[in-house]
Amino acid sequence: MINIQSLTFSYPSGEFQLDIEKLSVASGEKVAFIGPSGSGKTTLLNLVAGILPLQNGSIKVDNDEISALSDTARRNFRITNIGFIFQDFGLLDYLDVRDNILHPYRITSALKLDSGVQGRADMLAEQMGIADKLLRHPSDLSHGERQRVAICRALLTGPKLILADEATGNLDPKNKLHILELLFESVKSHGATLLAVTHDQELLPNFDRVVNFNDFLQGEAI
Amino acid sequence: MIDSLYLAWQYLRFNKARTLILVSCITIIAALPMALEILLNESEQQLALRADSSPLLVGAKGSALDLVMNSIYFGNEVPEAITMAAVEQVSDTGLAAPIPLYVRFKARGFPIVGTTLDYFDFRGLQLQQGEMFVMLGQCVIGAEVAMKLNLKAGDYIVSSPETLFDIAGIYPLKMKIAGVLAPNHSADDLGVFVDIRTAWVIQGLGHGHKDVTKTTDSSVILKKDKGNVTANAKLMQYTEITAENIDSFHLHGDPTGFPVTAVLAIPDDDKAGTILQGRYLGKEILHQIVRPKEVIDTLMANIFKIRNVLDAVIMLVGTATLLALILVFSLSLRLREREIDIIFKLGCSRATIAKLLGAEICIITAISLAICGVLVSLIFHYDQMLVRNLFI
Repeated sequence: MINIQSLTFSYPSGEFQLDIEKLSVASGEKVAFIGPSGSGKTTLLNLVAGILPLQNGSIKVDNDEISALSDTARRNFRITNIGFIFQDFGLLDYLDVRDNILHPYRITSALKLDSGVQGRADMLAEQMGIADKLLRHPSDLSHGERQRVAICRALLTGPKLILADEATGNLDPKNKLHILELLFESVKSHGATLLAVTHDQELLPNFDRVVNFNDFLQGEAI
Repeated sequence: MIDSLYLAWQYLRFNKARTLILVSCITIIAALPMALEILLNESEQQLALRADSSPLLVGAKGSALDLVMNSIYFGNEVPEAITMAAVEQVSDTGLAAPIPLYVRFKARGFPIVGTTLDYFDFRGLQLQQGEMFVMLGQCVIGAEVAMKLNLKAGDYIVSSPETLFDIAGIYPLKMKIAGVLAPNHSADDLGVFVDIRTAWVIQGLGHGHKDVTKTTDSSVILKKDKGNVTANAKLMQYTEITAENIDSFHLHGDPTGFPVTAVLAIPDDDKAGTILQGRYLGKEILHQIVRPKEVIDTLMANIFKIRNVLDAVIMLVGTATLLALILVFSLSLRLREREIDIIFKLGCSRATIAKLLGAEICIITAISLAICGVLVSLIFHYDQMLVRNLFI
């Protein structure tokens, strides 16, 4: 699914250099990225998503070389193949829950919003237990509910890859586990691959694999 | 584009206060110059039309503008009064027909115009209902007075006292409305027309009361001297002129000395008009004669200068508002940095983000222009009334 080779990346400020000799993630695998803040976990997610330009090396997602894609193709690839889940949920306050879930379809011509998509959004909301909150605004929801909305949005396009950046970081312990279970179930049912950045040691046993970014900072290959 | 409009609309709906302020700013700045242009054009037209149809005015020396504004637009500034002798003077020249005008008092906020029936013929005023005033104490009201005060022929209207707390002052006179004029789209629509003698009664120069020579109530008699009876303040004056008490109404003094604010002089022809004007050129002459058209033309020239200044001010305010709007939009871009970052990460292009913001500007501008259009249409529709109420 994901093949990373000879990747090096550094910011102009030179705060750190990410150095990954080789990293492979199989399709359907659930991988946790751990490591201290500033070790490059979010940077790698952004590189895989094509948000940050690759400086050296190669990242292939399903045999598509990310760096070889044009800007437009990379954006279209991202919106159709990758689902993002953010620590602060990344929901828009001025849209109700339904419109937040459907949001990716309204910001690109690569996706077509039709009744089928709307039905799928309702179904996802049903699965996530927020079907009765579709007309509410994010500010009316609890943190747990907001993250469920964000998961629905990430899954709606049927992505091959889910990138979760501290997705449970803002949740209480009970909600954390519950949301993670929901996420795993959804990922599994959609046949997607999950790359999740987390600082929470308790959640690690639930993942198929844990990648420690301290290893990359030392330049070791996995 | 539809999705961009949808998202922009949702954003504007959610941030109602911000949207309202932006829409208000754009509406005001767009509507103001147009509204002013319409109103100024209309006032110019109304002033010019009325002035054109009023050949010559004789009045006390002083402000020609006050004289014209009071006499032909029934404005609030009352020029110094002249006497009825001035009417006779015009008549005696044989050059023009005089119409006396006494525009000083008000009835429920509308000017009372004391004149003669010749005024109605001269202005070509038609009755919509009722008849012309035939006796003292009756009045004919303009169409707009009737509409605004919901009055009709047969109703009553009371003159307003000039000083409310002067208990020894002039009594208000209850006047019967003999008729209502058809709309004329001029200052005449706003007038309460009375016979000039009724205006003098309102002023207190004439009054009606019980015949003191026949009264048996000695408490109202101040002095009896050789058949001449003087009453005291206890004697009740009538505040309404009726068929029963009209005979008791009388004027005190020489009618030629009674006041008028102006004499509308209608010359037989242009030559007669010019000769008449010449008669008032001497320094010893106490009156002035003016051509309202010339006075209004001078006023227009000044308005034109003011309009240029006004246009410049509006342009400056408009530029300042535009800059403020640009600032608001750029600040809102900063405030929405997180949102823009999110949608960019989701896969949105910068062009789409620009489209979203453009859609917001389009919606705000469209709403503002729609409101502006409605406002300007309303002003256009009611411009005559607005000009008469605001400017004249």
